[in-house]
Amino acid sequence: MSLGAFALVLLALATLSYVAARARARAFKVDSHHHVHSRPSYHGLRAGLTALVPAGLLILAWGIVGDGVVAEQTLSQLPEASRPAPGLDKQAFLNEVRGVVSGELPAAFRPAANEAVPIYRSTQQSWTLLIGGLAVLLALIGGGYAWLRTAPDVRARTQVEMFATVVLALASLIAILTTLGIVLSLLYESLEFFSRVNPLEFIFGTQWSPQTAIRADQVGSSGAFGAVPLFWGTIFIGAIIAMLVAIPLGLMAAIYLTQYARSSTRKILKPLLEILAGVPTVVYGYFAALTVAPAVRDLAISVGIESASSESALAAGSVMGIMIIPFISSMADDALSSVPGAMRDGSFALGATSSETIKRVLVPAALPGIVGGVLLAISRAIGETMIVVMAAGQAANLTANPLESVTTVTAQIVQLLTGDQEFDSAKTLSAFALGLVLFIVTLMLNIYALTVVKRYREAYE
Amino acid sequence: MPDATVVHDEVVMADGAKMTARDVDVFYGEKQAVDKVSIDVDSHYVTAFIGPSGCGKSTFLRCFNRMNDTIDIARVGGRIELDGKDIYDPKMDVVQLRARVGMVFQKPNPFPKSIYENIAYGPRIHGLASAKADMDEIVERSLTRAGLWNEVKDRLDESGTAMSGGQQQRLCIARAIAVDPEVILMDEPCSALDPIATARIEELIDDLRGNYAIVIVTHNMQQAARVSQRTAFFHLGNLVEYGGTEAIFTNPRADRTRDYITGRFG
Repeated sequence: MSLGAFALVLLALATLSYVAARARARAFKVDSHHHVHSRPSYHGLRAGLTALVPAGLLILAWGIVGDGVVAEQTLSQLPEASRPAPGLDKQAFLNEVRGVVSGELPAAFRPAANEAVPIYRSTQQSWTLLIGGLAVLLALIGGGYAWLRTAPDVRARTQVEMFATVVLALASLIAILTTLGIVLSLLYESLEFFSRVNPLEFIFGTQWSPQTAIRADQVGSSGAFGAVPLFWGTIFIGAIIAMLVAIPLGLMAAIYLTQYARSSTRKILKPLLEILAGVPTVVYGYFAALTVAPAVRDLAISVGIESASSESALAAGSVMGIMIIPFISSMADDALSSVPGAMRDGSFALGATSSETIKRVLVPAALPGIVGGVLLAISRAIGETMIVVMAAGQAANLTANPLESVTTVTAQIVQLLTGDQEFDSAKTLSAFALGLVLFIVTLMLNIYALTVVKRYREAYE
Repeated sequence: MPDATVVHDEVVMADGAKMTARDVDVFYGEKQAVDKVSIDVDSHYVTAFIGPSGCGKSTFLRCFNRMNDTIDIARVGGRIELDGKDIYDPKMDVVQLRARVGMVFQKPNPFPKSIYENIAYGPRIHGLASAKADMDEIVERSLTRAGLWNEVKDRLDESGTAMSGGQQQRLCIARAIAVDPEVILMDEPCSALDPIATARIEELIDDLRGNYAIVIVTHNMQQAARVSQRTAFFHLGNLVEYGGTEAIFTNPRADRTRDYITGRFG
């Protein structure tokens, strides 16, 4: 019997407890319904949960630690000589054993592993029976106890509500804990990286060539980890070229939509613009790599710049700018529409035209909100990956020429981590250090931008 | 059909008034807010528009500088003239009109700029001052007329929004004065202010009377009695009675005016 089957039994027991407790609660003899604290369904839920939760937690816990326990026990039953060495060897050994037990492998390669299979199987079987049985027992005791204790004065509703609160709080914690976990793992791997490469070299060095040789006699075995060209490429594409495209266009779109467009036009245009934000970035990547980049190169060659690359910062940056437009226009739209109408009226009443009102009153008044929006957009642009991977290239050039190929932090991370990689080389580890830098920078940008936007909103509310 | 407007002889102009309105209608979509209103307002007088909420007095006021243009669904009919020229004529430029007919709003609405820049805003967009010295003079003169100069002369670069409500409203009046208008429209200028600030604004209105035609909308009857020389009573989009303020308050001729003045409704 597998744990899955036991889980089904648990569910059945919980349902049974629910039905039984509810029936019992319905049969309460009371003079008036005002004297009953909880409705019968709450008594039912309480019993069902009491049956299910402790047993469920037990099975869950076993699901997490079970494999390890079974493996250790199996190994300890093997003769000394057949035991694998700790570390990778042990992992490989256990993988083979589990493969055979689950039926994925017909047989193991190592004789010792084949020897371990029946032991593993029987150990696993007996543990499953033990844990499953224990869980069913817990459910029986829990459900039965709750059923017996079902009485008019039991505050079942309060207890069920409290349980719901706890579940909801846990759900919100998971997102936070996951972020924390990501940061910790980034931090851990980055520290590993910085124990091999001087952090100062990483942050200030201008040579990026992460190819470290596996054997000492290989050419180019040095490996240079100066990340400045990557930081520059990221800023060049995400914060300079993309913003040169996105800020004017996004701002002008927002001004048109909030100040000039009739409401019927606005109703059509605004959602259309926002659809742009929903296009998967890989589609923009295609567009950048297949349409914009060759066009940029041909244009450059036609005006006599022979060295123009087919992967250029300009192509990637301008397409990224297009992608960011709806983001900026929607933030600027919010900022402009939250400027009180009285400002507009005041300016109009002095004889100002629409454009004077926008230029001298509305945009200055909305500026903090607009700046906040731009910062958020930058943080999004420098974290954007797909477009730069497809259109910007992989060459870590430190150049201000938009027609040359540059690479970004994100594009490098993708390159460093795709394909077969050894996870203990400086080359692979550098991806985590890059990720950490990116994470810190975007986090700070976001925090700063959100405080700017928030302070601005408070000023007008 | 409403009764015809009762117009007292003392407010009938012999020759052309500063601004005249004839048979003015205002519609918001299908709803008529102002119904065939005719009135003259003249320089050297403060004209008060009184009446219960929703009587159309503010809407009517906003016709005099075409502020209703900014509301998509508003439609204005009839004829309004400034010095004998139709202000709704396509040849009339709304920018110039608003330079001549200034407006002060219900809630003080200084721009989020410095005190100096708030005043300089209008003169700058109309090109009234070329040199910094000229602008300084306009700012000082406007603030002085609005009775604000002594309070703010040492902090002209502070934000206009950081002042008290009453100061903000006087700043808005100074801002309107700065473009040298001929008519000043005031839409309940004291309704957001405390009694002391209100008293100061009322004094200011009285001081300004000599140089401008002032029209003030208020639903505070005591205020109308204190600051105005002429009073127009509006009810349900009609102009019910128009006459000298004293006559309107002491000896109203229309029944609806009398009922409103004596507190029977409103």
